[in-house]
Amino acid sequence: MSKVYLYILLMAVVTYLIRALPLTLIRKEIKSRFIKSFLYYVPYATLAAMTFPAILSATDHLASSVAGFAVALILAFNKKSLLTVAGVSCLTAFVVELFLLL
Amino acid sequence: MNVGSFKDFREGCKNAIPICLGYIAVSFAFGIEASKIGMTTFQAAMTSLLNVTSAGQFSALEVIARNGSFVELAILQFIINLRYMLMSTALSQKLDGVNTLNRLGISYGVTDEIFAVSIFKKDKLYPMFSYGLILTSVFGWVFGTILGAVAGQVLPQILVSSLGLAIYGMFIAIIIPDTRVKKPVAVVVVAAMVLSCVFTYAPVLKMISGGFRIIIVTIVVAALAAIAAPVEEEAHE
Repeated sequence: MSKVYLYILLMAVVTYLIRALPLTLIRKEIKSRFIKSFLYYVPYATLAAMTFPAILSATDHLASSVAGFAVALILAFNKKSLLTVAGVSCLTAFVVELFLLL
Repeated sequence: MNVGSFKDFREGCKNAIPICLGYIAVSFAFGIEASKIGMTTFQAAMTSLLNVTSAGQFSALEVIARNGSFVELAILQFIINLRYMLMSTALSQKLDGVNTLNRLGISYGVTDEIFAVSIFKKDKLYPMFSYGLILTSVFGWVFGTILGAVAGQVLPQILVSSLGLAIYGMFIAIIIPDTRVKKPVAVVVVAAMVLSCVFTYAPVLKMISGGFRIIIVTIVVAALAAIAAPVEEEAHE
């Protein structure tokens, strides 16, 4: 069973290096306007790509996911806080699933 | 160098509450799966503590279960987690004046969610804030793993299911408000979602792993946006 620990260590090292190398090696402010703009858009593109369509299968039922997604969009568009958007979105999904159980 | 105060640490912890909740839900599922392939609770918890990466850990279970090779596992992790490299590069621009030791500490917690909160933090990003963020999030990640591994049925399924939305709700809360004021951001968000759909459902393309899909979509959309709508100086401040 000790091989499991080797697996765990190996993946931990690979994953840590991916994270640590750019963070420790890049010390200077990046000057290129293209790279700056690129990095500015990276988080929006990454988060959007990770959210959709994955959010549709975030819960056990498509209906509760869609409802939670819609509520989150509306709340976020109205600039509600992180906790509010995440919390109410979960609550909406919970209520929808309760109805599905009935 | 100013690493920030205890107040920054507390603020980080508070900001991580939605991450923590979402992580408990996701890692709960990981704990269940890990125990299914014969990992002990301790091993599952160690995996979560040392890796803190959802897609990476889930995919590793499959390799470990069939006694796959170390090289395969290393390559798999590299590809699935390559997106962290983009995130770390972006984050490096926010850590002006932070020393190597603290950078190594912050590196430990570069996950999709922690990155999102860090990069969008309005004022200076102090290491103490990051540590609060990381500690609270990783607590949820490991706690959920143990919960799942020990007692797969301890939470009602309906609760686990609804909690799965927490992380996405948070992402939406982060990216949507800016789409109202900055048109290129709105275009980037919609384009990334559409492209991500194409890569998820289109034949052939859907065989690309989730981690790679995110990398490709991010690079293509962000590069096109950078060419079409370069940002003004200091736009990120």
